[in-house]
Formats: sequence, C-alpha cells, structure tokens
Amino acid sequence: MVELTSLTIAGLREGFRSGEFSAREIAEAFNTAVAAARALNAYTVETPEDALAAADAADKARGSAELGPLAGIPLGIKDLFATQGVDTTSGSRILKGFKPPYESTVSANLRKAGAGMLGKLNMDEFAMGSSNETSAYGAVISPWRRKGSNVGLTPGGSSGGSAAAVAAGIAPGATGTDTGGSIRQPAAFAGISGIKPTYGRCSRWGIVAFASSLDQAGPMAKSVRDCAILLEVMAGFDPKDSTSLNLPVPQWEAGLSSDLKGKRVGIPKEYRIDGVPAEINSLWDQGIEWLKDAGATPVEISLPHTKYALPTYYIIAPAEASSNLARYDGVRYGLRVEGVHTLDDMYSATRAAGFGAEVKRRIMIGTYVLSAGFYDAYFTKAQKVRALIKQDFRKAFEQCDVILTPTAPSAAFGIGETTDPLAMYLNDVFAVPASLAGLPAMSVPGGLDGQGLPLGLHLIGNELDEQTVLNAGLAIEERAGFSARPEKWWS
Amino acid sequence: MSVSPEQVRHIAKLARIAMSDEEIERLVPELNNILGWVEQLGEVNTDGIEPLATVIDQQLRLRDDVVTDGGIRDEVLANAPEAQHGFFAVPKVIE
Repeated sequence: MVELTSLTIAGLREGFRSGEFSAREIAEAFNTAVAAARALNAYTVETPEDALAAADAADKARGSAELGPLAGIPLGIKDLFATQGVDTTSGSRILKGFKPPYESTVSANLRKAGAGMLGKLNMDEFAMGSSNETSAYGAVISPWRRKGSNVGLTPGGSSGGSAAAVAAGIAPGATGTDTGGSIRQPAAFAGISGIKPTYGRCSRWGIVAFASSLDQAGPMAKSVRDCAILLEVMAGFDPKDSTSLNLPVPQWEAGLSSDLKGKRVGIPKEYRIDGVPAEINSLWDQGIEWLKDAGATPVEISLPHTKYALPTYYIIAPAEASSNLARYDGVRYGLRVEGVHTLDDMYSATRAAGFGAEVKRRIMIGTYVLSAGFYDAYFTKAQKVRALIKQDFRKAFEQCDVILTPTAPSAAFGIGETTDPLAMYLNDVFAVPASLAGLPAMSVPGGLDGQGLPLGLHLIGNELDEQTVLNAGLAIEERAGFSARPEKWWS
Repeated sequence: MSVSPEQVRHIAKLARIAMSDEEIERLVPELNNILGWVEQLGEVNTDGIEPLATVIDQQLRLRDDVVTDGGIRDEVLANAPEAQHGFFAVPKVIE
C-alpha cells in the first residue's frame, strides 16, 4: 500500500472514497507519524483521539449523502485558532492552560466538513515573528537541512509549525494565519503551498487577534489543489466577524485551470531590491517563463510605494497589537502572577512574566505610536501611506491580472542566526504589501537553491480574485515539477 | 525623534508591563532603531490622502438589538485564574 502520509489531500480523499483505504487508516498513519516526529517540535498539543473519532465518523458515513468534503482528512490546526476544550495558547506563556469554551469559525467549518484534528501547531508568540523562534514552546525545527549539514534551520514564521508539519508529512494540510506574510514565508521555506485569501474571506472569529485590520486565515498544504479544497471550506460569511465578507464562496477547486491564455502577469520593478541572492532573482525570471509557457503575457508594472510597506506595517501592526493584547491582564484567563498587592501591579507583573521579548517590543512600539502627541505623526501617517499602497495595487490591476514576485528574500536560515529585530522584519519585504492592501496572495514552491533548500514564488491577485492566483500557482506547480522532500532525519 | 529611558519607562507603564532598569536600558536603542527606520515615511507626500481604515470596501452591518448569546457564566469563568461567587476576582482596589 502507498505511504498514506505522503499523499495529498486530493489523493487521500480519492483513496478514501474509492475504498482503497479507510479514514481510520489515514488517521492512524498520521497519528503515528506525529508521535515519531517530536524532534521537530511542530505540535504543541497532540489530539490523536480527535483525529480517530472524526475518521470513524467518516468511515461510517462513507457512501452516504452526508459525507462532508473533508471526510477522512485529519488536519493540523495552528495554535491561535480557538479549539473547544483543547489548549489554545497562541504560543504564549500568558495563555498557558487556556481551554476555550468555544470553537473558532474556521476550525468549526473544517470540522463540519468532516475533518479531524491531529493537534495544535506551534507558532511564533501571538504570530509575531518570521522564524518560529519567539514561541514559548521553543523553536520549531525545519525538516529541511542544508546539503551536508546538520545545522537546525527555522521553518519560517509565524505559521512555522504548520509549514514544518506539512513538509514533514505529519499533517496533510494545516491552517495558518497571515498578518504580514505568516503563511507565505513559511510555505516558501518549507517547500509547500499556502494562500492568504482576500481580507474578509475567512472569519476571524475565534482566532487570537494580532492586528485585526490585517489578520487572515488560510490553508497550507502540499499542492495548489489542496489549498483550493481547504480554502473553500474555511472561507464563508460569518455574522460574528464584523469584517467578514457577505459573499458566496466560489468553487475554487472546480475552477482550477493552468491555462493562462489572455492573462497578464505584472512584474513589479520595485521588487528588484539589493541584497537578494541571484538564485532568487533567477527563479523569479524562470517563473515568468513558466507563466508565459502557460499562455500569460508578462507586463512590467510599478508599485511606487513598495519600499514604504514594511515601515508602514511596523507602525500599524504593533499599534493594533498593543490594543488587542491589552486583554491579557491576568483576570479572565491564562497566567496570573500572585503575591503583588495592587490590581495595577498584578497587571504589570503578569504581563512582564507572560509575554516574551518580541511581543513586549511590539506592544511598546504600538503603545508609543498611539500615545498622545505621537498618534498623528506615526499612526495616522502610516494609515495614509497604506492608502497609497492600496492605490498602487489598484492602478497596477488596471494593467495586469496577477502579480508575480519572489516570496521571501532568502531561503530558510539557521536557528539563532538572525538576532537583530529589523533584519528579521525584512523577511517579509515581498509579502507585506499585499497584506496592507488586503489582497489574496499565495506562495508555491519553485525549486531548490544551491544548498538544497526550497525557494518560493509569490502570486498576488486582485481583490476577491483568488481563482487567478490559484490558477497561476497551478501553472507554476505543473512546470516547476517540485517534488523534493526533506530527508527523514527526525524519526 | 528618539526616545529616552524616561520615555520608555513611561510607555512601559502605559502598556502595563513591569520592567527593570536593565530592560529599559536594553530597549532604548532597540526602539530607537525601529522608530528611526519607520520615520522614513516622512519622505512620502500624503497631502490630501485619507487614512485607510477599511482595506476592502464594505458597509458595517446592523443587526436586530436582541440577545444572541449568554447564560454561560460558568463556562466564561472556567478559565479565570480566580473566580469567587460567580465573579472574576482581583486584588482589592478600594480600601
């Protein structure tokens, strides 16, 4: 029999439906793989019984009309999705032991579709990081290694556990969230696909908030088709999220086509920046050729405010975070530091003990840029520049249908190698503009660099046009023929 | 603009994060680095530009003013570090 953990979600679905294997066999194979891969530190909680229960329900329903689209598929869930009765800590000490009495809309949608849960996936604390090193549970170790080296690499972040789990075959697919690249950069580092839909497609209800005007959930999986399958289930209108889009969910999987005849691919000249390895730029050129081969026409476009996207993001995201994270006060859930006498001291001591260094740094920046006397100079200014960045994209999409860029300015780096916060922030230089503009964007694997590490290509689409993003991703996937998998050193 | 140790101490107080003098000293150059970098936005001409607050155009919805949730006091309190008599309990605030 085939190795079940190496199959795509589409492959598992087909094998389960045709009776080639049972949902229980799928769940057992993944449960065993999860338990054997603890060296990766990808999961913060393992829930094998949850995966088995969903599998048994799927086996029972097989052949009936009630079979959900994800029946028989177990998934990994990023630790910032609230999961009823299962620890949800967002990678932070301050939420230690928090068991939500409710389920996030996105994970509830997946459950309703028949999916089981393999466990909760490690992440940068409150999704603040690009390497998964800020997690209170410790760093996730990427399944990938440089050729001839045993140095531990980061899987990227913040959805680092999700990326590592899919790449290592310990989840066929996983949920991620993307505030400024947190699905796409780790997908690129791990040689998998991941899509962030248009802001408002997936409900934010029950997702631990980081920066509410930017946060979006999305799937991470082995293939573009798998991403389409998962996103169709995850997305949808939810009255419990005031920014949820009240629109029907397109049938993205049925709409998949790698024929790009008549499509124009924008190549933004501002994304040719200094200090990016030649291999990444040549993969980008190769990507243009692949899309041409699929029938598309490349056009040079200009996004003049690109260089201001990162500084804009590092005002807006910390500002929103400082406000969102005010709720962690030691009163309603999570950690409380005892032995202090006043309420104010309890707040301060709890937050000092509960938050890690990067989270504190961002709360401090956010508090400063929102404080009296500085609000207009920083926060309002950043919101105005954000409007200009959005306008850049609006104009660009008059000339093109989808934009192609590299996903990240480097391949995966070593754990502990990047210690300067600003250098870490630069990882998201290509990912952040689309986040600020609320646009759908996806990373697909393009190839390996000279050290044997995956590199990703990045597609940005117009508002609500996930289909063109997925289709261009599929065209690249078919031509790149990326089939490299990390050597299994962890079990 | 750059921040002084006194300002950082004040921000920490606003953010309700207890910090030692050493932490404050360490944060001053880090924050100044980041603030110095974001200040490049000053180069951008934003005259007449409306600040962007809603990234995808949509109307805020209204709903009927009815109770849609509630009656789950014990579930809500189940995660509290301390709950007494059906309430969240905090250190005494009134002498």
